[in-house]
Amino acid sequence: MQDVVLALLAKEPSHGYELRSRLQEALGPVGDALNAGQVYVTLTRLEKAGLVTAEHVGQAHRPDRKVYALTAEGRGRVDAWLADLTWGKPSEFHLKLVAAAAARLADPVDLVEAQRGELLRRLAEVQRAVLNEPDGSVAAPLIEGVALRLEADLRWLDACARYWERKG
Amino acid sequence: MAILRAHGLRKDYGKGTGLVRAVDHVDLDVAAGETVAVVGPSGCGKSTLLHLLGGLERPTGGEVWLGEQRIDRMPEAGLARLRRHALGFVFQGFELVDELTARENVELPALLAGESPRVARRRAAALLERVGLADRAAHRPMALSGGQRQRVAVARALIGRPRIVLADEPTGNLDSAATTEVLRLFTALRAEGQTLLIVTHDSRVAATADRVVTMRDGALVGRTHLAGAGGGTGAFAGLEG
Repeated sequence: MQDVVLALLAKEPSHGYELRSRLQEALGPVGDALNAGQVYVTLTRLEKAGLVTAEHVGQAHRPDRKVYALTAEGRGRVDAWLADLTWGKPSEFHLKLVAAAAARLADPVDLVEAQRGELLRRLAEVQRAVLNEPDGSVAAPLIEGVALRLEADLRWLDACARYWERKG
Repeated sequence: MAILRAHGLRKDYGKGTGLVRAVDHVDLDVAAGETVAVVGPSGCGKSTLLHLLGGLERPTGGEVWLGEQRIDRMPEAGLARLRRHALGFVFQGFELVDELTARENVELPALLAGESPRVARRRAAALLERVGLADRAAHRPMALSGGQRQRVAVARALIGRPRIVLADEPTGNLDSAATTEVLRLFTALRAEGQTLLIVTHDSRVAATADRVVTMRDGALVGRTHLAGAGGGTGAFAGLEG
């Protein structure tokens, strides 16, 4: 969540409510489970860690609101996150593409290609294991399961590439 | 050294507003002993690319070189000779002759190339042994499993001692176990120095190659080197229970 919020702030300084709206729009029904306070808690942590600064902006007839902006260190962490090929939840990678496109930090299609290379390298290792496994080995179905999941992830990356190519 | 080389390769179908650029300025080198996989969704042009590289279709533009020979403009007779001697083909649907036995299927291209029946038979027997089907030599294709049929087709592709084997969706009609069977064979061939180009939509097949090129809308959009990649990719991390 921290990386996602930082990357969303890379587009422009923003306040918590707006970040939450952008998250919900990008996630669609997947975002329904998003806790209302999660973005605010994350922003507070990021501020303490020196990755964002908060500025109070007065509003007529309403309490001040806090507008958050990336610090140089926060910006560095966004760049590192974009280059990181760790493969976690699909929603995290999806938000990486959304944030990168919004802030024009990187071409989402390039990020997809880099990630594809990484997953292919993993699948290559798994396939070597599949081919080396003796016939009838008890571990074979497990290894096959790992391969099938990576295959599904790679097909999803194709779908991501198609979407962002049309957008771009 | 590159065994097979494409430069600025292009293939158009149709004209005017109906023009489809199936292959769009592709540059590709396949080095001796290398296995290259071309991946992409169906309709991305990868089968057309294989046909152009194997001299089965003529390009609209660009060049195809097999070693020192430019083949994209070669007269048909010369191309046919090349296809018998320098190129081996493996197709998704196996393309075996149903009326012939496994051994006769493997022999056939050698006989057509003018090899003596004795030599063709000896070499076919050796190749069937090589693909682990010596005991199925007298069976007809219908009596073989999908994986076995494809292994016969690979043996047939090898009988002319091709400089490169071109495989078009070789596992497209196979289940998971038969796919593994064929991939084990490809891996063994590669270890013996056979050059291979595999067109596939199956990333599990692609992952066994030295190099993967990704094709989309007729163009190559990504290249990944897998050769020499060791373990430690983290593929199995966190799955131990």
